[in-house]
Formats: sequence, C-alpha cells, structure tokens
Amino acid sequence: MSDVLIKVENVSKKFCRDLKQSLWYGVKDIAGEITGRDNPKVELRPGEFWSVKDISFELKRGECLGLIGSNGAGKSTLLKMLNGLLKPDSGRISIRGRVGALIELGAGFNPILTGGENIYVNGAVLGFTKQEIEGKFNDIVEFAEMGEFIDAPVQNYSSGMKVRLGFAVAAHMDPDILLIDEVLAVGDVGFRAKCFDRIAKISKEASLIFVSHSMPEVARVASNILVMKGGKALLNSHDVASGINEYFRQFSDNSEKISGGWETCKIHEVILRSKNHTCKNEVLKINHGEPLEIEIAFSLDKKIKDTLINIGFFDKEKRNIAQCSSIKSAYKANNSSEIIKTKIKIESIPFSMGEYDLSLYFVEDLGNNRRGEVFLFEHSAAKFEVFDKTPGFAPVEIKAEWN
Amino acid sequence: MNQELPEIVYTPESQLRSPGKLLGKMFADLRTSRFLAWRLFVRNMAAQHRQTILGYLWLLLVPIVQTLLWVFLNAQKVINVGPTDIPYPAFVLTGTLLWQGFSDALQMPMQQVQASKQMLSKINFPHEAILFAAMGQVLVNFGIRLVLLVAVFAWFDILLTWSLLLAPLGILALIGFGMMLGLLLTPLGLLYGDVQRVLGMVISLWFFVTPVIYPAPTGGWAALVTRFNPVTPLLVTTRQWLTGGELTQLGPFVTVTAATLVLSLFGWVVYRLAVPHIIERIGS
Repeated sequence: MSDVLIKVENVSKKFCRDLKQSLWYGVKDIAGEITGRDNPKVELRPGEFWSVKDISFELKRGECLGLIGSNGAGKSTLLKMLNGLLKPDSGRISIRGRVGALIELGAGFNPILTGGENIYVNGAVLGFTKQEIEGKFNDIVEFAEMGEFIDAPVQNYSSGMKVRLGFAVAAHMDPDILLIDEVLAVGDVGFRAKCFDRIAKISKEASLIFVSHSMPEVARVASNILVMKGGKALLNSHDVASGINEYFRQFSDNSEKISGGWETCKIHEVILRSKNHTCKNEVLKINHGEPLEIEIAFSLDKKIKDTLINIGFFDKEKRNIAQCSSIKSAYKANNSSEIIKTKIKIESIPFSMGEYDLSLYFVEDLGNNRRGEVFLFEHSAAKFEVFDKTPGFAPVEIKAEWN
Repeated sequence: MNQELPEIVYTPESQLRSPGKLLGKMFADLRTSRFLAWRLFVRNMAAQHRQTILGYLWLLLVPIVQTLLWVFLNAQKVINVGPTDIPYPAFVLTGTLLWQGFSDALQMPMQQVQASKQMLSKINFPHEAILFAAMGQVLVNFGIRLVLLVAVFAWFDILLTWSLLLAPLGILALIGFGMMLGLLLTPLGLLYGDVQRVLGMVISLWFFVTPVIYPAPTGGWAALVTRFNPVTPLLVTTRQWLTGGELTQLGPFVTVTAATLVLSLFGWVVYRLAVPHIIERIGS
C-alpha cells in the first residue's frame, strides 16, 4: 500500500495585514477568477505577506504527518488549503479520496441542531447517504459517550462534548485522509487516550495530518514531520525526533530566570561541570550517560539554621521530568559561613538528546521529612544540553542490560 | 482497491479554464447538497421567529399594515390611484404580497450566506445548500402570506379564473428574479457592508417605481420608468394571473424570465468561484 493520497507541490498562500486593502484585493481576485485570467499571482502586493511559502510534501496511505510550528507559522492555513477551503496562490495540491477534517472545535456543528441531527448533516457533507449514516449512528454515539445528550442542541454542549462528537464523526466516516488541528487538547485524559488508539487504527488505512503543540503526542502518532516557521518549512523528514528538537530550538531563548520565595536566601553562583566542560552562565554541553556536577554558592539569612535543597530538571516543554533532593541524603547545608558551597554529583545523566534546565528550591527543614517555608526558588538557574547518537522520544532513557 | 478514488486538485488557476469539469462538479454538488439544504432549511424556519411572541404572525402583520396604510391614504385622497380591475384593497394586497416576495428573495441570499460565514470558513460542504435553504425559506414565507390573499379574495367575492393556475409560474419567476439579483450581489456584499445598506435603500425606492400600489401607468414619465423596470412585467403579469385580469405585459415577462434563467447560471458560477476568496478575506 504505497499509494500517495496527498501530494503538495510548492504551495504558497499569502495574506494581507490591512483589512481594507485585503477586501480590495479580494474584489480583484474574484474579478480575475471570473474573467478566467491565467495569471498565477506569485508576487506580493503591498501589505501582503506569505502565510505559507513553498511547502511540498507527499503522504502515502498509512503515514501520519506531524505538522508542528509556533503560533502563526501557517499550519492552519495549510490545513485549510488541503481541505479545499482556501485556494493556493501558487503550487498544486492533489488529494485522493474522502477527506475528514477536524479543523476547529465544533466548527462542523450547527449549534441549533441536536447532536444527532448534526451527525446526519456532517455525514451528508462528507457524501454519505442517509442509510449509510444510520448504519454508523450508534457507533458514533457510543464512541463519543454522548448518551442522552445526543438529543440536545449542540449549543448546550460543553467544549469537551463537542470535541468528542466531532472526533467520533470524523473518525467513523472512513476517511482516506484525516486532518486534525490541535482540537483534541480539550478532551479529558480518558477520551484522549481513546482518540489516540483510534488514530493509530485509522492511520493504518488512511493518511493523517496531525497538528499539535503537544510533542509527546506528535512523537507518538507521527511517522513524518514537518516543522513550519513563518510559513516556510524548517524541516521535513521521517526523523520525527529531530523535527521535534528543531521545533524546540525556536524557543530556546525564552526561558527566563524567575525567582521568588521569602528572599531569605541568595544564590551567588551556579557552576555546571561535565567531563570536558565547565560552565557558569552558558549552556553546558554534556553527553548522554556522563556524570554531571553541580556546584551552588549561596548565602542564608542569619536567622536560618540550615536548608534543604531541591533540584528540579525541566525539559523544553517545561515539564518537570526529574528531581534530586537533599532530603534523600544526610546532607545539611549548615549556615556556618558567609557563602555556603554545595556540590552535587550525579553519576550519570539519563536524559535523551535535547536541552534541559534546572530549578533550585531552598526549603526550610522541619525534620521528619517535612518541608517548611520556601526560602527561595529560582527557575532556569542553569541549562545544559545533552548530546546523543540517537534521539529518544521520551525525556529519560533507562540504562539496561540486554541479553 | 484504490484505483477508483476520486482525485481533487487545487491550483491557483481559475476553474473557468476547465469549464467542463466545473459544470460537472457544480451539478454533482447540487445532488449532494439536497439533504444538507433540507436540514439548513428546517433549522432556519425554526430559528426565524424563535425570539418573538407573535411568531409567524409577523409574516402576516407587515402586509396587513401596509395594505391598510395605502387603502387609508387612497380613501383620504392623499394619493390618487386610478381605477383598478378589482377592489383597491385586494389590488394593493396582491401587489404588496408579490413585492414582499421579491424583496425577500433579493435579500435572502446575502443574509443567509453572511449568517453561514462561520461554517463556510471551517468546513468544506456544497455551498449551494445555503442558497437552496434560502430559496425554500422565501417560498414558504410567501406561501404563508398567501393565506391573507385567500381571505381577501373571499371577502371581495373575486372570481377565480383558470388563469390562477398560471400564477405559481409568475410567482416563481418573480422570486427567481429576486434571488438571481441577490446572488449576483452576494460576493461583493460579503466583502463590503455598503452593498447591503445600499440595497435596503434601493428596495424602498424601487417599490415606488413599480406598479405595486397603483396600476401600470400608460403615459408620461411614470410609464417610461415602469417600462424599463424589470420587476414591472413580472409583478403585473402575476397579479393579472391571480386576479383574472387581461394580460398586458406577457412579452416582457417572457424576456425577463429567460434572462433570469441565464443570469442565474452566471450568478451561480460567480458565487462558486468567489466563495474561497471571500473565506480568505473575511473568514475567521
């Protein structure tokens, strides 16, 4: 099954910033369209910009393209072109088969009609007959877990219910192509898990394009990856992990140091050491599995006797993926000198390729494993980048013996 | 298993460059849009008067008040309308109802497409469905108002003639003409709000240069103006069919109706071609 269902060749789309100007261009474009003018408008007119520029890719049956990029990168515009809502300004898109699209929350639904009626309308839009829809009706209602709400107007639905119904309809209409635009985020955990199972099932027989800002989800379903930035393709390959890294690299500069607490503690210096490097303020380079040494110089208010130190490790999505706490050791940072120096040695860094930062928390020790007031916390106190030969999907790679 | 998958190609090229394909797609969409059109129609009818106390009575109230107004003005000699074939109240009511049908038809396409903006910019569906639903709504509203006509005809003992059977043809022609004009204005009207405002103004002026409340004048400037008004033959002929009068404008009626058919096809093509551009400019 190697048939190409979606073929996108050098597709571009431009938009205009100013509304008045945009409307006038609209009139001109319609006039051009009606007179059948053969003039592919590839030049930017004043006030216009490329929302999508020179995007090309192919997607076969059984493949799933993860489409990622920052806000305003042109992902939704591209999806709208694929769905035939917008006309490309240059290039060519060819689509084979039935397209199911989940572009916006409840967009396909008519608020006044009931959920059940909407299933019929949506089915009709996708070209199904009344009998065919009737055949699928119960499956859809069951999958969406709608129960009696199926007879209530959609305007009374919660956003989660709309997404459930929307996904259920799109997923049950046997699409050859399924377009999903970051809508699933609204559903609850249980339903999302169900959706991903369903997506995995559909993607065996269909081509899928999946837009999301949740990289673990992308890593889970995507077989190809397209990273967009400012309408252009930054990266387009089968290597999903490096695509995700590319996506994160765009945001590498926006993790500011944020600190707070009772300010009864002050950090003077954080030094990171790997095998070959020592860094104070820059990003430390370290290989996967190497030891990491953290040296913290800080001072405590005179009234404080000692402190617990917590180190939190965060990945690019600001997920707290690991921690290291002095409460687990016999160590006590005694307030005996002006500047206290603490050295923490981590035997081996288990993280997979990518950039990480660490946060420091200084917390009062109440004894018996209880924590008291927070003297100070500092997010992004230091950063390091892990290098590895192969990228990993999960942030932590567990070392194991394989026999 | 995949040889028969339909292929759709999107290019920047105007679809008019392959007219055969365009027409094929248009008629295919016509078929698939029926079910959807029905659903939209049912929804629109239900929503139309939902937040009113009088509900469907509003459809009757407007022509009643208008008719009473003109009958009063005529009786008080504020206006001076010449002799009519049938009693003046019945004459005015017939004219007002027909005019209302026309003006509804003229405004409905733009209103309904405007109201479907959200749907247009987010799902791909045969856009003809909106127009069919609009047409259904105009026709049904017109049909409801006909109740008045039946009552008034009975009251004034107006003789029913065989020509009454032709009246639906006239009504369709009149409403078709209105829809066609409305459809032609829709693309521009969706981009610029000015169009809708101007249209409102034009409709109220148009009313006075159409023989709605007075019989078609036979001489002077008024005759000239009403003669070049395409609504005149449609409205006058339909009224003559309804009331059994002598046909005076059958020739122009046929001409305007034929033009309506041709221009409707043109308007349909324009609408299809324009919608993606409109979504691009106003879609949210």
